[in-house]
Amino acid sequence: MSLTYIDAIREAQAHALRDDPRVFIYGQDVGAFGGAFKATKNLAKEFPGRVLDSPISEDAMVGLAVGAAIEGLRPIIEMQFADFSTVGFNQIVNQAATLFWRTNVPCPITVRLPFGGTSGGGPFHSQCIETIYAHYPGLIVLTPATVEDAYSMLLEAVALDDPVIFCEHKFLYRHLKAEKLPSEALPIGKARIAREGRDLTIVTYSAMVHEALEAATELSAEGWEIEIVDLRSVKPLDTDTVMASVARTGKLLCVGEAWPWGGVTAEVIARVASEGYGLLDAPPQRLNAKDTPVPYHPNLWTAHRPTARAVAAAARKLLRT
Amino acid sequence: MLLARLLDDKFAALYRAGKIHGGVFLARGQEALSASIGVSLKKTDVFAPLIRDTAGRLAFGEPVLDAVRTYLGSPLGPMRGRDGNVHRGRPQEGYLPMISHLGAMISVVNGVLFARRLKKISGTVGAACIGDGATSTGAFHEALNQAAVEKLPLVLVVANNQYAYSTPTSFQFACENLADKAAGYGVESYSIDGTDLSVCLKMVGDAVAKARAGDGPQLIVAKLLRLCGHGEHDDASYLDPQLKSSPLGRDCLKVAEEFLLQNKFADAAQIAVWRSESIREIEEAVAKVQREPAPNPFAENWTAISSEHLSETHTNHE
Repeated sequence: MSLTYIDAIREAQAHALRDDPRVFIYGQDVGAFGGAFKATKNLAKEFPGRVLDSPISEDAMVGLAVGAAIEGLRPIIEMQFADFSTVGFNQIVNQAATLFWRTNVPCPITVRLPFGGTSGGGPFHSQCIETIYAHYPGLIVLTPATVEDAYSMLLEAVALDDPVIFCEHKFLYRHLKAEKLPSEALPIGKARIAREGRDLTIVTYSAMVHEALEAATELSAEGWEIEIVDLRSVKPLDTDTVMASVARTGKLLCVGEAWPWGGVTAEVIARVASEGYGLLDAPPQRLNAKDTPVPYHPNLWTAHRPTARAVAAAARKLLRT
Repeated sequence: MLLARLLDDKFAALYRAGKIHGGVFLARGQEALSASIGVSLKKTDVFAPLIRDTAGRLAFGEPVLDAVRTYLGSPLGPMRGRDGNVHRGRPQEGYLPMISHLGAMISVVNGVLFARRLKKISGTVGAACIGDGATSTGAFHEALNQAAVEKLPLVLVVANNQYAYSTPTSFQFACENLADKAAGYGVESYSIDGTDLSVCLKMVGDAVAKARAGDGPQLIVAKLLRLCGHGEHDDASYLDPQLKSSPLGRDCLKVAEEFLLQNKFADAAQIAVWRSESIREIEEAVAKVQREPAPNPFAENWTAISSEHLSETHTNHE
């Protein structure tokens, strides 16, 4: 039996619903229809009254989740696309993210954001907006890159007492497969060495991990050994693992599918530059999407976001400095 | 009502004396409506007041001490100096602390009601308060529609006090009556005189009873006039003098006192006793809180999440 990334997300939700009567799912088309991406397929039937369709009201969806969390439940909110979560932004960053700090009452909600680019997605179904959520205190922001992490991190997210922004990459939904679900996993907050190497460190997360892995394979044919750090969670950010890797390689390239201004890649470079300057043999570099909305046509889209070829080119340039 | 008016007066005095950090927001003119909500709810109900609900908060059971501690920023208060003035509550007691974004608390009330239904707890009502300004927000629309779709026992009370800060209602909405909006959501509504305590008590009480009986969301729009500025920093010079001298500009506290006297529910001596007892309670609370220590930034836990092992420590350079 093989499982895809989206299967893992469905299975994690089924597991959470089965194990914890406080869990329920609320979102657009998540009920009998099973969700726009089928992440909740058959769950409404399996768990009657606990997988519920909402009106197209992202603000009220998150507000309702906060109220339910105050009442001791553990809602999972499915945004149909991460891009639409900006309509519920106020409730996420001002209501959910501040509740515990203001009142000492935890806010255990998980907001699932199907995010990232796919061919033909265009400007409003492709966005990577982990940065804006990571900027606000009070939120945990997760970006799983593997089937195993999609499963274990979603389970852990639902069990956490804090609001979690769960960024699940749409491009990975059906591309990635695993043989079975994991029985143990790294905890949230720990990065993973996705590939070991000695010549250069690539720090990345989510779908870009796979572009980086492909680039590393290409570069190994040229004699370079690239180390890849998969951040797994962008908030909290596992600076220790990043720093240890840079200490081994002396060179750092950060890759993100998000827009270039500020953001996760800038944050990683800022930390390494300020806390590990002496570890660096060359100026740290970063590679992001272009600073325009995400284009529709595949020719434009593949040029807009970092690809394995672009990552390999950026790495080659840094390796030669 | 009387306690709320006197407490607000005390906050205004403390503000003028420079004893309060940030703004002070009074409820003058809105006490009859607000108190009616507080007394119509049970202790097990849910209440999300807004800025001019001193009376409703006290009637719902908020201790005077909570209000004073929040305004003075005492670490012993429910908000521990982290938030102030009207941003106070005790969520686990069904008393929700407002954020500043208008209309945002309505769906949170929906969420508590929704959760209670999932938990098979019946008989709960949730009340949320807003002003005429908040009816222009997307959050209001989304949440009222959501409550209607889910048939939640929500009582949404709009204090149409004629101004959102300085903006008159003519720039806020174009319908004849705000209550007309309810029909578009499939919600029952009532337009009431917010200056008359006996009317407010009856109509809010009826709406709460209907929601409790399973009749779905209820929208109450009370017409009244804000008899003060938006906050104590605002002299309200923009208030239309004609409105002030109209029946809308009546002081609901005076109307209520006259009602009590006329119907012999209380005499002047009794009201004087209530007043002096209220003043004593307020003065004792203020004196107590003024002796309490201020928040200590060195003892503060600078962590925004409850899972402390996941808090970001790398950016906090000591």
